[in-house]
Amino acid sequence: MEKDKIKIRKFLSRFFRKRELLDDEDIFSLGFVNSLFAMQLVLFIEKEFGIQVDNNDMDLKNFSSINSISQLIQDKRVA
Amino acid sequence: MADGSCKNKEETGKNIKCLVWDIDNTLWNGILSEDKQVTLRKGVVEVIKTLDERGILQSIASKNNYEDTMEKLKEFNLDEYFIYPQINWNAKSHSIKKIAQLINIGIDTLAFIDDQPAERDEVRFVLPQVSCIDAGCLGTILDMPELNPRFITEDSKLRRSMYQNDILRKNKEESFSGTQEEFLASLEMVLTISSAQEGDLERAEELTVRTHQLNSTGYTYSLEALRTLQESSNHKLLIAGLEDTYGIYGKIGLALVECKEDEWVLKLLLMSCRVMSRGVGTIMLNHIMREAKAANKKLKAEFIPTDRNRMMYITYKFAGFKEMHKDGDMVIFENDLLNIPPYPDYIELIFRQEATNLAF
Repeated sequence: MEKDKIKIRKFLSRFFRKRELLDDEDIFSLGFVNSLFAMQLVLFIEKEFGIQVDNNDMDLKNFSSINSISQLIQDKRVA
Repeated sequence: MADGSCKNKEETGKNIKCLVWDIDNTLWNGILSEDKQVTLRKGVVEVIKTLDERGILQSIASKNNYEDTMEKLKEFNLDEYFIYPQINWNAKSHSIKKIAQLINIGIDTLAFIDDQPAERDEVRFVLPQVSCIDAGCLGTILDMPELNPRFITEDSKLRRSMYQNDILRKNKEESFSGTQEEFLASLEMVLTISSAQEGDLERAEELTVRTHQLNSTGYTYSLEALRTLQESSNHKLLIAGLEDTYGIYGKIGLALVECKEDEWVLKLLLMSCRVMSRGVGTIMLNHIMREAKAANKKLKAEFIPTDRNRMMYITYKFAGFKEMHKDGDMVIFENDLLNIPPYPDYIELIFRQEATNLAF
């Protein structure tokens, strides 16, 4: 899981470059959401971790922090 | 269009968004590397200028020396008409693919004109979706239906300069050292959301025809249908315009809301792909959520998945819409309006009931 988090943090740092994101920090409360970022985030997760993000998974709370993204990946791997 | 003849193979109904030109013996007579005194082909200037006014973008795929070719085009006062010119020794299919990526349009919306059958065959083999035109057809090219959009709107006339502004923005973004949000703030964007007026309807139709990636249903609407909706007291037809320090983006977003007694239904939301990284779709959703809440109505939204619009699905979900049920292919979303985020502070917002005759 720690490995996953490192990859996620690295991806997010392209968008939040000057900030060191905490694992449980709500990235959407930072005020920056746009369609392209949301799409890139979903595609990144699918490609990097080889999972399929279904419509049902596409809930803001599954993507709101490094912790929740890593949890989603974990859940999808078990499923 | 069938090669060798200038007739259409069949009526595809498809509009070409960008025409890619070969140069030697297509745009001018002669081969520049062998003859510095090349002359423009008869009628070529008129074709280039007319397509430009129609809002059809133009680019170049030429096997030549970049500097010499651009210098010659400059001499002819034609250099400014081409965006992302690919003048190199790569396969033309490669150049064309690159142009589509840089402009961010589907490969099937490009056409390619070249005098050499071998070059057209190479492109046709690798990219069968690209329409290939024999340079001998230059005289009739302006009559081709796929190069004749139904309307020429204010936005189509400005399209090239809007894309050229985008190139300046992209260059700035690449060299920008701050975060993406700081970059957006540096653009000093102003988003205006207004009720669509008569003068907006042609552009509104054009948006429904041209927009695929950020489009909630993929439905196209005719001018007449849009006029009826605009006049209807049960509907809100909203149109969004954007500008920033580099100039105007034009009218880039459209939303249609059906207002029923106890609920509003968002029938259509679409945004031009040129603004997909600007956050304006989310802002437009946010605006409609606030209005629905203020009017004390439920807010639903219709969504029809296509092979291109997954980004719009994600946009809705990330804006807090939940899938309530499915009606055939159609997904019905609802937003409980309990958690409406604040507007971002990197963009100035103007809301208008009545649009005025501003230039965008």
